[in-house]
Amino acid sequence: MASLTKKENSPYWFCCFTAPDGTRTKRSTKQTDKDKALLVCREYEKAASDAKKLVLTENQAKKVISDIKEKVLPRVEVVQKNIVERPPYTSPLLNSKIPTGPIEEKWNKHKFDLKLVNPANKRKYEVIVVGSGLAGASAAASLAELGYNVNCFCYQDSPRRAHSIAAQGGINAAKNYQNDGDSVYRLFYDTVKGGDYRSREANVYRLAQVSVNIIDQCAAQGVPFAREYGGLLANRSFGGAQVSRTFYARGQTGQQLLLGAYSALSRQIGLGKVKMHTRTELLDVVLVDGQAKGIVVRNMVTGEISRHSAHAVVLATGGYGNVFYLSTNAMGCNVTATHRAYKRGAAFANPCYTQIHPTCIPVSGDHQSKLTLMSESLRNDGRVWVPKSPSISEKIRNGELQPSNVPEAERDYYLERKYPSFGNLVPRDVASRNSKEVCDEGRGVVSSGLGVYLDFSDSINRMGEAAVRERYGNLFDMYEKITGSNAYQNPMTIYPAVHYTMGGLWVDYNLMSNVPGLFAIGEANFSDHGANRLGASALMQGLADGYFVLPYTIGEYLAESGWGDCPDIESSEFLDAEKAVRNRINKLLSIKGKRTPTSFHRELGKIMWENCGMSRNESGLKSAISKLSELREEFWGNLNVPGEKESLNQSLELAGRVSDFLEFGQLMCRDALQREESCGGHFREEHSTPEGEAKRDDENFAFVGAWEHKGDGNEPVLHKEALEYEEVKMTQRSYK
Amino acid sequence: MGKLLNLKLRVWRQDNAEDSGRFEEYDAKGVDTDMSFLEMLDVVNEDLLEDGKEPIAFDSDCREGICGTCSMVINGTPHGGQKGTTACQLHMRQFSDGMTITIEPWRASAFPVQRDLVVNRSAFDRIQQSGGFISVRSGSVPDANATPVAKEDADLAMDAAQCIGCGACVAACKNASAMLFVAAKLSHLSLVPQGQPERERRALAMVQKMDEEGFGSCTVTGSCEAVCPKEISLDFIARMNREYGMALIRKGTV
Ligand SMILES: Cc1cc2nc3c(=O)[nH]c(=O)nc-3n(C[C@H](O)[C@H](O)[C@H](O)COP(=O)(O)OP(=O)(O)OC[C@H]3O[C@@H](n4cnc5c(N)ncnc54)[C@H](O)[C@@H]3O)c2cc1C
Ligand code: SF4
Ligand code: FES
Repeated sequence: MASLTKKENSPYWFCCFTAPDGTRTKRSTKQTDKDKALLVCREYEKAASDAKKLVLTENQAKKVISDIKEKVLPRVEVVQKNIVERPPYTSPLLNSKIPTGPIEEKWNKHKFDLKLVNPANKRKYEVIVVGSGLAGASAAASLAELGYNVNCFCYQDSPRRAHSIAAQGGINAAKNYQNDGDSVYRLFYDTVKGGDYRSREANVYRLAQVSVNIIDQCAAQGVPFAREYGGLLANRSFGGAQVSRTFYARGQTGQQLLLGAYSALSRQIGLGKVKMHTRTELLDVVLVDGQAKGIVVRNMVTGEISRHSAHAVVLATGGYGNVFYLSTNAMGCNVTATHRAYKRGAAFANPCYTQIHPTCIPVSGDHQSKLTLMSESLRNDGRVWVPKSPSISEKIRNGELQPSNVPEAERDYYLERKYPSFGNLVPRDVASRNSKEVCDEGRGVVSSGLGVYLDFSDSINRMGEAAVRERYGNLFDMYEKITGSNAYQNPMTIYPAVHYTMGGLWVDYNLMSNVPGLFAIGEANFSDHGANRLGASALMQGLADGYFVLPYTIGEYLAESGWGDCPDIESSEFLDAEKAVRNRINKLLSIKGKRTPTSFHRELGKIMWENCGMSRNESGLKSAISKLSELREEFWGNLNVPGEKESLNQSLELAGRVSDFLEFGQLMCRDALQREESCGGHFREEHSTPEGEAKRDDENFAFVGAWEHKGDGNEPVLHKEALEYEEVKMTQRSYK
Repeated sequence: MGKLLNLKLRVWRQDNAEDSGRFEEYDAKGVDTDMSFLEMLDVVNEDLLEDGKEPIAFDSDCREGICGTCSMVINGTPHGGQKGTTACQLHMRQFSDGMTITIEPWRASAFPVQRDLVVNRSAFDRIQQSGGFISVRSGSVPDANATPVAKEDADLAMDAAQCIGCGACVAACKNASAMLFVAAKLSHLSLVPQGQPERERRALAMVQKMDEEGFGSCTVTGSCEAVCPKEISLDFIARMNREYGMALIRKGTV
């Protein structure tokens, strides 16, 4: 048996194990973290015993061991590949800290095992929360309620305006109020399966467990959820779920949940426990002795740059869908916070997993600034079609033919044709890819060629216009406001758009990244949705993280690291970070080239959408990577940002975000290239069945892919966290 | 693609809170009627940038009519006058060729201009912080179905809760009153059973804060309701007055 010991003069753990020649040997693991050290130690031992069993020659084993010693992180993976025939192997960088024991008991046991911070000591701690969406607002409020001092930051003029506000459909919870057979286990099962077996079972189970508390919490805050006449909460089924577990507040669920969290946050601001910094943008994360201890921000009104230190930093900064330029995300959504953290050493997990939503309003022209989602529920009663022949589509595009004049025999209801049992209700990714396919064949029906019909005429004939109006009236109104077209008379046109990003900062079971003291919650982390998120589950995850998980798990880190003074913001780490931020801003302003930040953003989006969007292939991804390098070079040579840094300067803000997206886009392509399989939102053309359906490769790719930054100009390194499924059996999806 | 319009814009430009500000005129040529109003401004801004000028600063985020960020007075009306529509949801097909469009920021002393069309609405946040909540700690709450809420009450609470906090009501009011905004929040919370224990405290605190922040008094002209993108009803102001009156009688220091 291998064991760990400490030596007096060394910060590292030492591993005692039996060498191939039978002697007891002691070696440094070069790790200060005991868990990581243990992993490395097991490698030593395994290598030694394999060598003994003559799987490896002794010399090979010795080399292996010295390799581990030299370059612990990247090598272990390679070494493992050689010894055990289980290729995707967990890197020691990624210790998920999943508690032992049966899945139902893990969270409770873990809560009990976590170190607690004494109530009287909580007020000695400072915590920074960046973001005031569902995740950030709920976390900041809950931490303050517990007694911690919180500084909370957002880029909007009020925390209430975070992008969470835009969610329409609803929030899942395993309440089983409908008595239709729902349970924590079923929600867990559906989420793991929906995520196409690329999420961590233990995290998902916990999410399903705390989902029920979320609804209680929100109802107590006064969130006006939809009710039945008896006064109890109403539910609907959502996104193909077979039970009704979605809670909603008209079509404004995100808004109402966020206003609930915002009210809790406001209360703490009023009490002085949270200091809110609005219109303030995070531009860097500061590490002191390898631990996250602060941030550098810019006041977007005055341009002032300031440094803030704390005992821990929580990022709740949302998703990165705007790397595609056009998406359903709010204009300001960005990757800056998580990308800066990545550049400071936090691993970025599964960046290639993006969700494309099939029912959005198509692009109307070059002026398009963002896309609007039309609720998925429309597919319950609308039929998707395009003309069978491209020539008819062309006539429609030129305005020579109206859709109502296309005879039935000339229409291709392609989802009903290809997927007779699911028809128009196939999952988001399948519906999206098929729309793209028919449009690529020249059968699209809007002027850009990128749009298909969602036709309600059969439903109107069947149940009458009034019934359709009752169900979807507000959506039809919204559609008319944007397009000027009446969907009761003409079929709607829809096209897929980027909607959600499953990737994010890698976090362990405690929601802490591999950088101690740096936590990531909500859409900003990678944890619970695997390769595909189910409808109504993002709101659930954001609030689960913020109200019920992080407030406990952060205590473990804080208790361990103690409440000594926060690092001095005059220390060199802080001053250096500020200097780097200032240099970047000066650089952006001094290029004085010809192109606007938006024009770069648009071009970036186009490259990403074409090569790393709905479907991907090796040559496209490779060409995108090189195109992005060129674009980045042009950006830094030909960008035009007018104005000053000491004032409200929206071009400067945008330029900063675009510069991060330009780097990050490449990481997404790298990840998509590495993942030689199709799963969830990631579709590799090379890995599909002859019918064009996704082909997952569980043998080789059942892992979380987390990237470690190795300095500008160097290739990032991929680390793998193996995913093990003990509860849910892996199966291949089929919607035929 | 829609039709193309040629327009003249008169836009308020102001460098910062101290600057006195002025109108400047711009041509907006070939504006596609399928554009949203803010996309039209985006295009004008791209042209300004290409001419080496500073673009017009304006606020927006969701561009879906839900976050309440966009805030501009268009031809004298906050959000531009299409019923139940925020500026970001307004589309250019509402305008005709050759028009001159005047664009200004919200004007109210409680909402100081920060630059061009961007204003500071943090006074709204401070009103919320004074009492716009139900005091519950995370985790210490009963089961959601333990407290039934009549559907009618829940629906009415939802009508009030739809307020997006944009401030158009203040911008439209000749007294710059924030009554519709405060009434919406108070009504939402006092219509649900969970909001009852703090009902009076809340009314007193929020109204007091509203006055402190420099919002004017309400003379029930109804201009707020007319511009409110969420069509929040004036009835909520009547409800709030009752609420405040009751609270004053029972708890207040007059
Ligand atoms: C149109 C739409 C509809 C949706 N509908 C649903 C639905 O029905 N059900 C569902 O479950 N999910 C839905 N989603 C997904 C869901 O809304 C989001 O995933 C979720 O709200 C994200 O919450 P969050 O708290 O992680 O981040 P956000 O709400 O995005 O908040 C991010 C916060 O971080 C701040 N921030 C970001 N960057 C910086 C920076 N650099 N510096 C300082 N602050 C920063 C922002 O100011 C903001 O406060 C929908 C999404 C969209 C786009
Ligand atoms: S009441 Fe209407 S106009 Fe006033 S802030 Fe709320 S949504 Fe805006
Ligand atoms: S930008 Fe969100 S409401 Fe207009």
